[in-house]
Amino acid sequence: MALKSLLAASALTLMTTTAHAGDVRIMWYSDGIEGEVFQDLVSRFMKDNPGINVIVDNVAYSVIKEQLPVQLEAGNGPDIARVTAIKDLAKHWLDLRPLVSNAAYWDENFGANADWMRPDGSNQISGFMTQLTLTGGFANKTLFEQAGVALPGPKATWAEWAAAAKKVAASQQIPYPMALDRSGHRITAPNISYGANYVGADGKPAKLDAGAKAYLGQFIGWTKDGTMSKDVWVSAAGQSYRAAADDFINGQVAFYYAGSWQIPNFAKKIGSNFDWVATGSPCGPTSCTGLPGGAALVAVKYTKNPKDVAKVMEYLSSETVVKEFSERTLFLPAHKGVIAKGVSFKSDSQLVKDALNTFVGASKSTADAAQKMPGWRWSDTLYGAIVTRTAQAVAGEMTAEEAFTRIDSDVADKVKASGL
Amino acid sequence: MAPSGSPKGSLEPKASASPMDRLAGLALAPVHLIMGLADKPLRAWQKRTGIGGMALFFLAPNMLIFGMFVLLPIVINIVYSLTGGTALFLSERSFVGLDQYRQLFNCANYLDAMTCQEDAFWTSLDNTFWFVVLQVTLMILASLITALILNRELAARSFWRAVFFFPVLLSPVVVGLIWKWILQRQGLLNFTLLPFGFEPHTWLSDRGFAFGAAVGVSIWAHMGFYTLILLAGLQAIPKDLYEAAQMDGTRPARIFWRITLPLLMPNLLVVVVLALIKAVQVFDEVFILTGGGPGTSTLFLTQYIYETGFVSQPRNAGLAAAASILMGLVLVVLTLIQLGVGRKNEAKGKR
Repeated sequence: MALKSLLAASALTLMTTTAHAGDVRIMWYSDGIEGEVFQDLVSRFMKDNPGINVIVDNVAYSVIKEQLPVQLEAGNGPDIARVTAIKDLAKHWLDLRPLVSNAAYWDENFGANADWMRPDGSNQISGFMTQLTLTGGFANKTLFEQAGVALPGPKATWAEWAAAAKKVAASQQIPYPMALDRSGHRITAPNISYGANYVGADGKPAKLDAGAKAYLGQFIGWTKDGTMSKDVWVSAAGQSYRAAADDFINGQVAFYYAGSWQIPNFAKKIGSNFDWVATGSPCGPTSCTGLPGGAALVAVKYTKNPKDVAKVMEYLSSETVVKEFSERTLFLPAHKGVIAKGVSFKSDSQLVKDALNTFVGASKSTADAAQKMPGWRWSDTLYGAIVTRTAQAVAGEMTAEEAFTRIDSDVADKVKASGL
Repeated sequence: MAPSGSPKGSLEPKASASPMDRLAGLALAPVHLIMGLADKPLRAWQKRTGIGGMALFFLAPNMLIFGMFVLLPIVINIVYSLTGGTALFLSERSFVGLDQYRQLFNCANYLDAMTCQEDAFWTSLDNTFWFVVLQVTLMILASLITALILNRELAARSFWRAVFFFPVLLSPVVVGLIWKWILQRQGLLNFTLLPFGFEPHTWLSDRGFAFGAAVGVSIWAHMGFYTLILLAGLQAIPKDLYEAAQMDGTRPARIFWRITLPLLMPNLLVVVVLALIKAVQVFDEVFILTGGGPGTSTLFLTQYIYETGFVSQPRNAGLAAAASILMGLVLVVLTLIQLGVGRKNEAKGKR
C-alpha cells in the first residue's frame, strides 16, 4: 500500500513537471540580486507574449552543480538553465542556430565566447553568457593609507604586491597580508602570468611546466612565511572550494585575489567600513593576466518546446535586455555591441563604479592562454588536482616538488579513467 | 482476519441502533467492503500455501521496499565498482573488471600511504583507524564514568542526566557549526583566552589539534546515547549484591571489578560494537568542522568516497563504489561480531 501511494505520488510529481505546450521552464541561481532583475525582465516578456508561460525556478548554486548534471544525463531537466560548467555539459545543449531569426546577430555579439559552451568542432549556438567574470585583486585602501604604504601601480608584480602587503600587515597588526581563494581557477591566473600553459600538443593536459611550478612554488613558500593566508587553503581536504572573502570583508587581509563577481558582495557587506579598490591582476614574468569565466544561459536539448525556447532566448539576448540586466546587476556584459556602446552601472557607490571600470580595463590584458581555459574540456580536471595537492603542500604534508609530481600523476589517472 | 459471516450484516441498520452507531457503520462500510473482497482470495491462498504462504504475503511489501532500497543498491554498487568512465548510466559505462580495486591497492609500500597510487584512500584509511581506536576507547571510558556518577544519589540527578543527553538531540551539522564557531580564529575560545594574554590561534589549522577536535567533538556529540545504555545496565544490577558486599566490608574498587563490571559486560560489549560501527562511518560533524583539513589530517573514509564520487572533476563513480564496497566489508565484519555477542548473551540467559 505504502509503495502504491509512493508510486502514485511520484507519478503525480512527474505529471506536474511535464511541460505543457507554451511552458518554458528556466533553472536559475543567484549570487546577488540578479534573480529579481531577471524575474522582472521575464515578466515583461510574458506580458508581450501571452502564449508563452515562462516559469523561473530559483535554485541554489549547488543544485546547478550537483543535480542538474544528473538530470541532464537522464535526458530530463529544465528548458533553459543558468550554468557555469558550460563546456563540460555541452553535449546536452540545444542548437539554436536553426531556430533563431538572426543567427548572424548571435555570431557577431556572442561569438567570442560561443566556443565555451558548444561541443568541440561544431558551430552550434547554445546560448549566451549572462555575465563575464575576470579574476583580479582587491586591496584594502584604508589599511594601506593608515600604514603609509603606497598602493602598487597597475604594472606591479606579485612580488611587489607581496612586499607592500607585508608592510601593511606588520604596521596594522592584521593576520594576513594576502589571501587567495582555495580554488584552482583562481590560482591558475597567476600561474599563467608566470608563463604556464596547461594545454598539451594533443589538446589533452600537459605536464606542469616551469611557469606553473614557479608560481605554485612561490605561493607555497608565501603560505609558509605568512605572506599568504594559509588558513583558507587548509580549511578543507580534496577539491572543495573555499573563499577568503569574509576575511577581506572583516578587514583582516590587505590584498585579496578573487574576481569581479565579488564586487556586489563587497558593496553590500563592507558598506562604509573601509575603502577598497580593485587592482586588476598583478604581473608575472610573462603577463599580467586574470582568468576569464562566467555564467551562461543555455537552452537544453531535451525541451519539448524548442520554438518557444528560442523566442525566450532571443528576447533575453537582445541588446536592450542585456544592457539593462548588466546595469542593474553590476555584472560585466559579454555582448559585443553593449560593450562597445558602454554601460552605466546603477550604483551610488563610487568605489563600485571604479572597481567595475578597473575590471573592464584589466580584461584588455587577458593572456591568450587564459582566454582558452574556459572552453577547454580538461580545465576543471587540472584545477581540481592543483587545489588538492597544493593544499597538501601548504599543510606541510608534502614538498612542493612532490606536489607537482602528484598533480601530473593525478591528472594522468583522471584522463585515463574518463576513457576519452 | 475478518469475522465469519456476511460483512454486510453489520451494515444493516437495526431499529434500536443509535444515530452514532449508524454513522460508525456507514463510515466503516468501505472497510468492510474491502475486507470482504480481500477475504476470499486470501483464504484460497492460505489453503494452497499454508502458514508459510501467509507469512510471505504479509512480509512481501516490506521485503519489496527492503530489496529496492537496500539489496538492489548493494548489487548496483558492486556492478558500478567493476565499471569505469564518467557516464551515469551503467549501460554507457565500460566494464573494467577489477581495475578500480587494483588502483586502490596499487602501493609500493602499504605502510606508507604516499607510495600508493590512491594515496588519499590510504591516508583516509589510516586516519579512520586511529579515529576509531581513540574515539571508541575514550568515549566508552567517558560514558562509563559518567554513567557510574549519574547512577549515584546526587542532587538534581535528572538535570545532569538531561545535560549529558542533550548533544545527542542536535543535528550533526549543528554540532559541527557550533564547534567551528568556538574554534575558529575569531571564535569563542580565542575570545576567552585573549584577556589572559594568549595570541589568537587558528586551532583548526593545527594538524594535531584538528584531529583531536574531531575526536573530541564526536565524543561530545555521541557519548550521551551510550551513557544512557550503560546507565540502564547499571540500574539492572540487583541492589542486594551491593548490600552483601557492603556487609562484608569490600573495598569500592573491588566492588567495581567484581560486581559492577562483570554484570555490566553484556551492555558494555553491545555499546563497544555499536560505537565501533558508528566511528567507522564518521562523516557529517567532522566534514562541517574541518572539511577534512588541514591537508588530509582529518580526511576519513566516507569523505574520501564522497569526494571521489561526487566532488572531484571528473567524477569517478567506479572508484568511489569500489572504496565503499571495501568499507562495507569492514562494517559487515563488525556487525557479525555484534550479532555474535548478542547471541552469546541470549545463550547465557537461557542457562
